Order: sequence, then structure tokens, then C-alpha cells
Amino acid sequence: MTRPASTHAAVEAVWRIESARLIAGLARFVGDVGLAEELAQDALVAALEQWPAEGVPANPGGWLMSTAKHRAIDQLRRRQNYQRKLAEVGRMLEHQPSGEPDPDDYLPDDLLRLVFIACHPVLRTEGRVALTLRLLGGLSTAEIARAFLVPEPTVGQRISRAKRTLREQDVRFELPPPADLPARLASVLEVVYLVFNEGYTATAGADWTRPELCADALRLARLLAGLLPDQPEVHGLLALLEIQASRLPARTGPDGAPVLLPDQDRRRWDRLLVRRGLAALDRVRTLGGDFGPYALQAAIAAAHAQAVTADETDWRRIAALYRVLVEVSPSPVAELNRAVAVGRANGPAAGLAVADALRGEKALARYPHLPAVRADLLEQLGRTAEAAAEFARAAELTANERERALFLARAEAATARPVD
Amino acid sequence: MRYLMLLHGNQPPTPPPPDLMEAIMTLGEEATRAGVLLDTQGLAPSGAGGVRVELSGGRLSVTDGPFTETKEIISYAVYELRSRAEAVEWATRFVTLHRDLWAGWEGDCEIRRVFGPEDFGDQPPGAPGQQ
Repeated sequence: MTRPASTHAAVEAVWRIESARLIAGLARFVGDVGLAEELAQDALVAALEQWPAEGVPANPGGWLMSTAKHRAIDQLRRRQNYQRKLAEVGRMLEHQPSGEPDPDDYLPDDLLRLVFIACHPVLRTEGRVALTLRLLGGLSTAEIARAFLVPEPTVGQRISRAKRTLREQDVRFELPPPADLPARLASVLEVVYLVFNEGYTATAGADWTRPELCADALRLARLLAGLLPDQPEVHGLLALLEIQASRLPARTGPDGAPVLLPDQDRRRWDRLLVRRGLAALDRVRTLGGDFGPYALQAAIAAAHAQAVTADETDWRRIAALYRVLVEVSPSPVAELNRAVAVGRANGPAAGLAVADALRGEKALARYPHLPAVRADLLEQLGRTAEAAAEFARAAELTANERERALFLARAEAATARPVD
Repeated sequence: MRYLMLLHGNQPPTPPPPDLMEAIMTLGEEATRAGVLLDTQGLAPSGAGGVRVELSGGRLSVTDGPFTETKEIISYAVYELRSRAEAVEWATRFVTLHRDLWAGWEGDCEIRRVFGPEDFGDQPPGAPGQQ
């Protein structure tokens, strides 16, 4: 089969589509995720050398896999530690599930094994994030570095350190035992959520959002929903991300400044993503997972998505959902969000009471949104001097330049506003 | 980045072979599981209820199908991808199925990027107004 021009881009596209499955299959073959990734990379290099001359093969994924497997065998023969590796492969072959489906093997999928390994709790969070984007998202080290605004060698080190840890800790290419599944799944979902949030509200840098990173996280969440169709929290996270991502086109103004939820032009919300998010939330309900932390956050996002204008928002429902959320999964950030919802549902004084109770909270000591929320409520109460001071404090605490500009503007506006 | 793919074609007068339909379903499932295919549907022929509402020279007109001057639009798909090359790869796989499983089929898959959040708000780095 022949294809015209730009084969280099075509190879990269095939890589993006095939790499996760390729690495997952190889990892089962050689029993080491790090080695599997190196072999897959070698196959990619071979493709970049051969395809421009010979054309992209009819089955590019199969081509990459057989090339990588041949290299695996060659490399094992050549290596000085041949015996040790051979023993490792032998051991892995023993551990490898047989061809017959095992009734205890409730998650029988290489890709899923790869997900759980990339997000393994023995790894540091930054290592899990980098490894997940690299192994499952098909991102290059350079792309991950750009996404997180860190130098490329730093990402390279995180990935190689993570691979080394997996090797040293002798983490097998296996699914977690059923007893460990909830904790291991939580670790996976946390990684995806973290990637999304970094794109949704960048913690640093000149841009308020980085939509491409949100898209990468969504792609991972959709992949997970396919791999774990019966886990309600997976669909809960997916619903949350689809609905939050639907706001991205309205979340940034023409000058790059942040536009917060009440001020967004809802006509610019992405209806396809809203619809997909609501469908995922239906799936959560079918599975009986309404009270999972992600499901509750998704239900809150859905309540916003279903209000055609900000004034039509069902704040009582949202405040009630937050009440359940802080019960199910206590977190000062969720409690702060509850303060906002209570402020809308029951008036600013009631909201401020909830927010004020958080002032001693250590985890929020340097969290810019605590003073920002208090400022907003104080402003509504006509306590403009206090509001201005709190907005200024929020501006001081944030590392995002766009957010700082927003808080400073509001501080100024509060000062200028006459006291009622 | 989001891409709309429109399949245009001249269908042979026979119904599509079941093997092709099965292969299309399998490819669609694969793309859905990979998290890249957001939406896809087939379209009824323009002769089966297609209508055009047109403005020309200040006059509105409503014309029933079929529209014979162009190839039929057969289906659409919406993908979320990182690159145009990735879109070309998925479209190539789709069109290849038609080549392999429906003798005589001719057509094209047109790939169009959908404007997204990256097109709103934020200006490119170095644009005026950025620090």
C-alpha cells in the first residue's frame, strides 16, 4: 500500500494510535515496562527509517509489534546480562496468564495492566503523571515537558526514575488483586484528574488554561471507561471532565483573561461534550455509583451545565450535593466550594460563615481561592474594604499570571465601589 | 484538536456488503475505546428527504433532494486528536476498508478541523497584550 508525502508525520500518527497497545503487549512479553518502552521506541526508529522508502505497511501496528519482538530477542542475545534477562523472561512467562480465560482474571487486558503499572503507588506523583502520559497518552518527553512547563531533561529523569523504581521494587506486569483494586483505581483516577486540572487551571505560566492537556486527560479518561466499564467512579470522572471541558471555549476572554463560571457566555459551551458528560453520568446512575466523589462532582458540574443562564442555576441542589460530597470525601477545597454554593442558595452571610470556618485550615493557608471566595462574599455584603484586602491577598498567593490580574482588578473594583 | 470527517462517495447500486459494515463498526469501536471518536452517524441519501434552504441574490429558496451535482455525503464522524496526521491516519484506515471490501466504491473522506478552545481567547505567544 502506498501513501503520499509526509511519511514522518504519518509514522508519528501511527505511533500515537498504536504505542500504548504496543508497549502493553511487549511488557507482557518481556516482563518489564521500561524495557518494553525501549523496544517500542526502537521499532518506531525502524519505522522512521523504513516507511518513507517502503511505504506505510498495511497493518502498521502489527509491523511495529513484530519488529519490536525481533529486537527483543536480538537484544537479549547480545546483552552481557543475557542470562539474568533470560531468567527474568522465563519467570515472566511462568507468571503470564495462560491462553485459557481465568475466571479470577476479571480485568483481562494488557492495556489495563499498563494503566495500573504507570499509576503504581510506589511511584511519586510526578513520575506517575509523566509515565502515564508517555506510555498511555503516546506523548513524547518533549511534549510532556511543554505541557507542564518544565525542562525536558527533568521529564526524562522523572520517567527513567519511575522505570527504575518499578524494576527495583520488582513490580510485576499484573493486575492488582481484587482487594487492592479500590485503592489502585483511586491512584489511576487521581493521575488523570491531575493532568486535566493542570490544563484547566494552569498552576503557573502565562496562560490561564492549556486545552491540549485537558484533551489528553479526556482521552485517557475515555480509554479507562472502555477498559473498566463497570466501575462507576471511572464514568464519574469521565462525566466530570467532559462537562468541565465543555466550558473551555467560554473560560477565556478575547484578551486571554479568565472568565469565571457566572460570567461565561454559555452559548459557547461545547454541547457535544455536555451531552457526552450527561451520558456518562447516566451510566454512573445505572451502575448505582451516585455517591462516589467523582460522581458527585460530576452531578454538580451537570447542574451548572443544565442551567441555560447563570441565574437559572439550581444553587440549592448544588449546595446539597456539596454537603454530601464533603461527607463522603472530606476536603477543605470542596468545603470552600460549598461556601460558594451556600452563598448563592442562602445568601452571602450564610456562605461567609462556611468560608470563615476554613480560615484556620492549614491546607488552605496559601490557597488563593480562600481569600478570593471570602472577598466575593464580603463584597456582596457591602464590606468593600475587607473584600479589597482579601482580593489583594488572593492575587499575592496565586502563581498564575492571568488569575493574579483578575484578582487585582477585582480588588480595585471593590475599593472603588461605594459602601451601601 | 477536533476534526470533522465527511465521507463523500458514489455508491455502487448494490447495498453495502455486510463485511464492510462489520469492519466499519469494529474500527469505530476501536477509535471509541481509544478515546478519540466522539460522535459518528450515517446520513440518509439526499434523495430520501434531503432539502436545501438557500439564499442567492437576495432570494430564499427551498429545494428538495436529490442533489446530483456532487457526490453524496454518506456519513460524518467527529474525532478529538492531537494532530492532522492522526486524522489522516484514521481516515486512511476508514477509506481503506471501502477499497478492500466494496468493489467499485469511489469517494473521499474530507477532513476539516473544527474551531476549538485553542482558537478562542488566548493569543499566540508573543502576540500584543501578553506579558
